[in-house]
Amino acid sequence: MTFTVQAAVGARDFDVSLAVGPGETVAVMGPNGAGKSTLLNVVAGLLHPDSGKAELDGRILFNLVAGRGEWTAPHRRGTALLAQEPLLFPHLSVLENVAFGPRSAGVSKHAARASALRWLAEVEAAELQGRRPAQLSGGQAQRVAVARALAADPGLLLLDEPMAALDIHTAPLLRRLLKRVLAGRRAIIITHDVLDALMLADRVVILENGRIAEQGPTREVLQVPRSRFAAGLAGLNLVTGTIAGHGLLAGDLAIYGQHDELPGDLPAGQPGVAVFPPSAVSVFLTEAHGSPRNSFAVTVTDLEPYGDRIRVRAGAGGQLSADVTPEAAADLGLVPGLQVYFVVKAAVVSIYPA
Amino acid sequence: MKQARNGGYGGIPRWIYAIAAAGGLFVLLPLAAMVAKVNWPQFIPLITSESSLTALGLSLRTSAASTFLCLVLGVPLALVLARGRFPGQGLLRSFVLLPLVLPPVVGGIALLYTFGRQGLLGRTLEVAGLQIAFSTTAVVLAQTFVALPFLVVSLEGALRTAGNRYEAVAATLGARPTTVLRRVTIPLVLPGLASGAVLSFARSLGEFGATLTFAGSLEGVTRTLPLEIYLQRETDADAAVALSLVLVAVAAAVVALAYRRPRTSGGLQDSAPGQRESPTPAPSAGSAVR
Repeated sequence: MTFTVQAAVGARDFDVSLAVGPGETVAVMGPNGAGKSTLLNVVAGLLHPDSGKAELDGRILFNLVAGRGEWTAPHRRGTALLAQEPLLFPHLSVLENVAFGPRSAGVSKHAARASALRWLAEVEAAELQGRRPAQLSGGQAQRVAVARALAADPGLLLLDEPMAALDIHTAPLLRRLLKRVLAGRRAIIITHDVLDALMLADRVVILENGRIAEQGPTREVLQVPRSRFAAGLAGLNLVTGTIAGHGLLAGDLAIYGQHDELPGDLPAGQPGVAVFPPSAVSVFLTEAHGSPRNSFAVTVTDLEPYGDRIRVRAGAGGQLSADVTPEAAADLGLVPGLQVYFVVKAAVVSIYPA
Repeated sequence: MKQARNGGYGGIPRWIYAIAAAGGLFVLLPLAAMVAKVNWPQFIPLITSESSLTALGLSLRTSAASTFLCLVLGVPLALVLARGRFPGQGLLRSFVLLPLVLPPVVGGIALLYTFGRQGLLGRTLEVAGLQIAFSTTAVVLAQTFVALPFLVVSLEGALRTAGNRYEAVAATLGARPTTVLRRVTIPLVLPGLASGAVLSFARSLGEFGATLTFAGSLEGVTRTLPLEIYLQRETDADAAVALSLVLVAVAAAVVALAYRRPRTSGGLQDSAPGQRESPTPAPSAGSAVR
């Protein structure tokens, strides 16, 4: 009783394989264009992959392996899709919208209505049943859309950034609602918000360039990120390279660090990452020498406010950050284009295999 | 600087208004000239003469039939053109739209060589006991031929504007393609479908060339109102003008129906309702909050 998908879409350079257990909610995160929506569309049957295979509870959704051409139409898959926009049918009332799934499954009008009312009550929208979608606020409409998707009794619920179109006051309400209804339900949720992954998902999958960059329990991925995207979510600097005796070799850069996690020496020569928080990085105008410290010559690319600090982004593409006080930034005369040294103590740098 | 009524910048130079006024007059003036020519004391007797009523009745019946035929043939055509993906799609669209630009007489001749006695299908049909040319059926076919593109164009545009996102959601909720068509697609494009049907009806009502060529002008059988007007013009100009006014009135009503402001629910709008914060009444055009 699981869901598995393996699919490749050549035109989008997409190749992902993923499994979701019963009652498990998986958050899919990644930069724009990483293939998150492609994944949902392939699973829902709205996009035909070039090759691959997907199964849901023993039923084959598609099997395009080795010249086979099995394909289950979207309406027979039991994979209801909840999009960023509620997409409630504008010509139907709220109740008729929620009853749409059961009616399509052949349930009698009376039973479909009863089921729709139950789901509307579940999302605390029973009083809206007689309204038209045009008479709903954004948050109300999305709640009704959740009820409509659940009323279809999907074996796998697909949520494509359900909170993205809501304002900051409405999103928390829907997030709490989703936490309640997703408990014990199998779902894949695409999100840009690390809070969604923490609150709603058992596991997070990071997609980068059409591939899974890393996956694991949400807390673990945030604590020990191995991809640049996950490190960014956790607010950490991440440098990839090769593990060496002293730490990590990243190009011509040698990084000294700790590796408390692993007993004994790190497996030298293997790919690894060095991770350290921006708050542990000091900024100097001249190279500083001293006891176990790392010092990187970098060029400032951006300065931005970050709480009561200034976040200094530096290096090609701004991939390293340091947090400094506004006074320090003023004293140093930090401006984009300035050549500075990022200095970080070896004691705060974690190094582990990628 | 011109301010449009709703406060936006208009941006039209003044001299454009002068030319636009001339354009409007060019359409209005002939109509006014015709109205001035109407023999008002005799108006009611003229349009209720037996031949006039026969022609009007025939016109309404055949136009209703060809509108129905346009719906039956045109809805699938528009769906296939807007949603399907197959080789030769562009070619099919060009051919379906051809009657829009084809002289109706040419259409009539083409129909004659298809359904006429010596035509492509005519002989087979005659064996089956069906004779189409110069019958009321021929009138309906001629009108359908010229009116079909109006329905297809109008509906295909509505389908493309509506997009297929609602249909995709409906499918993932478990609706079969036929259910999606019946419960989502058609209701969403209903305004476009209605205006397409109204336009087809109007085009059928005004059909002259193809009808005359393919169906002839037999009173009570194929002589529709436009043919009656053309015939009356020779003998009784007053009757022709009075009947013309009837057609103008029908055309005006049709245009008003087809181009009235869309209803409040606005099934065609593709904008995201999720952007609105508080419950608002149905959005009116031009005040969409994004």
